[in-house]
This record gives sequence, C-alpha cells and structure tokens, in this order.
Amino acid sequence: MVAPNPDSAVLDAKNVTIRFGGLTAVSDFNLSIQPHELIGLIGPNGAGKTTVFNLLTGVYRPTEGTIAVSGVPTTQFKPYQITALGLARTFQNIRLFKELTVLENTKIGGHIHYTYSATSAILHTNRFHAAEDAAEEEAMKLLQIFKLEKRARDYAKNLPYGDQRRLEIARALAAKPKLLLLDEPAAGLNDSETRDLMRTIHDIRDRFGIAILLIEHHMELVMGICERILVLNFGKTIAHGTPDEVQNNPAVIEAYLGEPVELADL
Amino acid sequence: MKKLPWWLRDLMYLAVFVAILLGITYGLDAVASVYPVMRYYNRILAMIGINITLAVSLNIINGHAGQFSLGHAGFMGVGAYMSAALTFYTFAPIVAKYPEGSMQAWIAQNGLFLVAILAGGLVAAIAGYLVGLPSLRLRGDYLAIVTLGFGEIIRVIILNVDKVGAARGFSGIPTWANFFWVYFFCVMTILISIRLVASSVGRAFLAIREDEIAANAMGVDTTRFKVKAFVIGSFLAGVAGALFAHYPPAYLNPTAFTFLRSFDLVVMVVLGGLGSISGSIVAAVVLTYLQEGLRAFSEYRMVVYSLVLIILMRTRPQGLLGRRELWDFLPKRKDTTAPERDSGPAVD
Repeated sequence: MVAPNPDSAVLDAKNVTIRFGGLTAVSDFNLSIQPHELIGLIGPNGAGKTTVFNLLTGVYRPTEGTIAVSGVPTTQFKPYQITALGLARTFQNIRLFKELTVLENTKIGGHIHYTYSATSAILHTNRFHAAEDAAEEEAMKLLQIFKLEKRARDYAKNLPYGDQRRLEIARALAAKPKLLLLDEPAAGLNDSETRDLMRTIHDIRDRFGIAILLIEHHMELVMGICERILVLNFGKTIAHGTPDEVQNNPAVIEAYLGEPVELADL
Repeated sequence: MKKLPWWLRDLMYLAVFVAILLGITYGLDAVASVYPVMRYYNRILAMIGINITLAVSLNIINGHAGQFSLGHAGFMGVGAYMSAALTFYTFAPIVAKYPEGSMQAWIAQNGLFLVAILAGGLVAAIAGYLVGLPSLRLRGDYLAIVTLGFGEIIRVIILNVDKVGAARGFSGIPTWANFFWVYFFCVMTILISIRLVASSVGRAFLAIREDEIAANAMGVDTTRFKVKAFVIGSFLAGVAGALFAHYPPAYLNPTAFTFLRSFDLVVMVVLGGLGSISGSIVAAVVLTYLQEGLRAFSEYRMVVYSLVLIILMRTRPQGLLGRRELWDFLPKRKDTTAPERDSGPAVD
C-alpha cells in the first residue's frame, strides 16, 4: 500500500465514470480538493450527486477512472479502508445506529482510533481503559460542540430530527477525517435551523481544519458558504467555479429552469 | 488505597469466585448423598447452566452482531465430541494410572478436563471460522440456511464416525463435569459477553446489527467483526458442548444436536429479547425448567411449552426484556459520568 502523503490533495478524482448496465450514472467526473476547502456539489434530482459520494467513499467501484485520497489510490478499497485514510461521510437519509445511545453512536464514529483486541476487552487491560477513556472524552467533546451532551445517554431514535442530522455530523467528525462529505445536511430543516447549520459547517471547517464537500439543494446555503461549486446534470459536470460564475452560467440556469423559449413560438 | 493492577484485581475476584463455587459444589454433593433425589435437581441445575452458556453465546452472534445463525447446536456438537474423544481415548487412561481417590488423580482429572474443555471450544471456534469466512457475505435468511446446513453436516459426519459411536451414541465418557465446571464457564461466558458489549469490539458488533452500510462508512471492517462474533460465539458453544458431554450420565447421541436443538436456543435468545444478555439468561432458566418441570404432564408438555411461547410472543414480541438489560431498570446514580448501560453487576 502506498503511504498517505500529507502534501498531496486530500481528494483527487480523475475521469471517474460508472455505468449500471446501459445507464451511465456519472461520466468523466473530475475533482481535486485541497486541505481546508469548502466545496459544494449541486444539481437537479437524479443528477448523480449521491452516486459521486458513493464512488468516493468506496460503496461503488468506478467503471473507469481513478480516485486517490491523500495520494493513495483507493479505487479497489472497501469503505472502511477509505475511512481510515481520512474520509468520513453523512447520509442523505439519516443512517444513525437507532437503538444505540447518542454517545455510543459518536464512539463508533471514532472506531478506527480506539482499537484493541477482544482479549483486551475481556480482561479489561490497561490498554482497554486508556482507549475507552480517550474515546469517551473525545466523544463528549464533540457532543458539546453540537450541543448534544445533555442527550448523550438517550437513544438516537428518540432525538428530534434536527438533532439527528447534527449527530450524524458529529459521528462522522469522530473519525477525525481530513475530508468530510455531507449529503444534504439541511434536508428537512427549517430556515432558522438551516442558517444555524451554515454557521456550524463553516465553524467545523475552521475549528477542525478539514476540507468539506457538500451536497445541497438549499441554494442560499451553498452559495453562502462554498468557495467552489460543481454542478452535475445527468451525470455530467456542466459547470465548475465560484458561486458567482456558476450562478450566471447558462448551462446551469437551463438545467434548473429549463430551456429558454421564444415567446413567438407559443 | 492504591489502585491494583488489572490482572491482580481480576485474579482476586477469580479466587473468591472459585472458592464460592467449590463450596456450593461440595454442599450440593453432600445433600445429594443424603437425599439421592437431589441428583435429579442437580442435573436440571447443570442443564440450566449449560443452556445459559449456549443462549448467551448465541446472543453474541444473533443478538449483538445481528447475524442470524441456526447452527449453534452444530458448534456445540463439535465441542462435545471433540472433548469426549480426547478424554475417552487419551486423558482417562492417564488419570487411571493414579490410585483412585488420591490427590494426584484429582489434580490430573480436573487439569486434563480443563484442557479438554478448552480444546472442544477451540475446535468449535475453528469450525466457526471456517463456516463464517465464506458465508458471512450472505445476509439474513441466506446465512440462516447456510448455518442450518452446516449443523446438519456436522451431525451426519458424527453419525458416520465409528470411533465416537456413530448412530449408537458415544457412551463411557468419563463423568468429570460437575456443578463447579458448568457454572464456572457459565459465569465466564456471561462476563465475557458483558465486557465485550461495553467495548469497541462490542460496539462494532452492535453497529453492524443496526446498519451495516453506516458501520462500514465509520471504519468498521464488517466482515472481520462478523467472523469475530462467530468465532467467539462458537468457541463458547464448544465449551458448553464439552461440559454437556461429561456431565453424568455422560452419553452423547447425534440426535441431541439436530437443528431442533439450535432452534431451541434461538427461541431462548428471541424470547429473552435479541441482544439482551440478561434476557437470554432468564429465558434459558425459564425454558429449561419448563421442559423438565412439565415432565409430570408428559403428554401435555409440548402443548404447554408451545402455549407459553405463543402467549409471550403475542404479548411481548420484542422479547421479555427487549434490548434492555435487567440492570438498566435499576435506579441510576446521578453523580457519575461512567456509562451506566451495559456495565454489568460483575467485576468493576
């Protein structure tokens, strides 16, 4: 295995294509993410945004093209190996461990950092105590940042919807990623919750010094915080640039609003 | 007081525990020598202990890791026959060299029995690994069918090995198991299960049960941990099998390890509440006692047994305790920050 290189891009996807039978879900996707960048991935429904996430995190393997995380080619990796390289994600349709507590959810997020053998766990060795104490402390710190510390012992399924979304982000951050992938973090949130979330996402980036790639339909949020935006339509990248460039790109406007029609034709 | 190193602290608890168990064992023997009818109750007590071991170990696979296995009796059979063959052919002649009733004979017998139990567990664990590795890529019903098939294969193999009695059954196994050994491993199994579930290993099991895709995305090597759960569970089942083989009347028959036996164990785990350790214990005690206690109504026994199951599943489909533990219902201390849930009543 190639050792991770801290100087290379956190993520480098080149000419990534995936076909399901005859359907090309994503074609020729290129994206390079540097540390600390905040990037938005937008596009109409069914454009292939979540498929891109699944490709980057190893849920799907690309038909063509290469993906590298911190300089390590990950095309043949399983999701847990990619997580260990520094990529963590949330899910569009919340996938918390519902029957476990908020604290346990967060601790599982940090799984790769606090490992020991089953024997250590059974004998309660010093290694076990050290790892468990560290895991607990780290998890509580994260929960405090997301104002969930009071609910640490509640079951995840009993949290209100907005808290569940925040817990998913906290759980992903517990893996101490270099790049955080957020799949529609504002879905189902009201306006004030969304504004709150915007600030939180911005804070996370600064506080943890990580890069964030974010899928979102909420334009205000995306345009407000992202430095760079990539627009997908039918699996193809139709625009890539700053929020201003993207907003004025005719291809983007067409993708969202449809083709311009001459009034005379009606 | 200065904190003791972990191994010294655990060794102290272990010594106290062994002393108590030995006391009870000799007490029960003494009572049985005066009232021979007590032997019958002692046997029920031992069967309860063995069934608790089996149910709790199956709960690690089915309840914690969420992998539906119907082959537990198979692993138990592997452990039972392996250890029985070992003691019958190798260990019993060694013990026979010492004068009967002497200290040396006692030490040799119990020391070699411990080796035989662990060997039974080890071979069952290897079987668990071999079955688990290819089949844990399967999910739900498919895995259940593969494990069910495995259990039957084991039974058919045993049926054809003449050295262990084939269809006649294996008799003449030394009767070395007693209350002490059964409950020693029963409590160890419970302790192992409690400590595992409160560790990163156990959390990985639970994460796999809750959502495999999310667990994988959190960095949990799902295949590895599923195999781990299988190996630990089948090791403990092998241990329980070894104890069963050596408990008087110490007779093994392949029909004792059919899939109906696996099914009995699954019923215990589901009835107690999938994932609840104390639930498995309570269900194992109640169901084992019911099976024996209802012998007086011989022909209605299975009817009553089934009725109890139906009523329980109608009124509490999530099992007696759901996913909770008995100790979750205790009042909680307010001042502590240590996790309350999953920390058992035992050591620590």
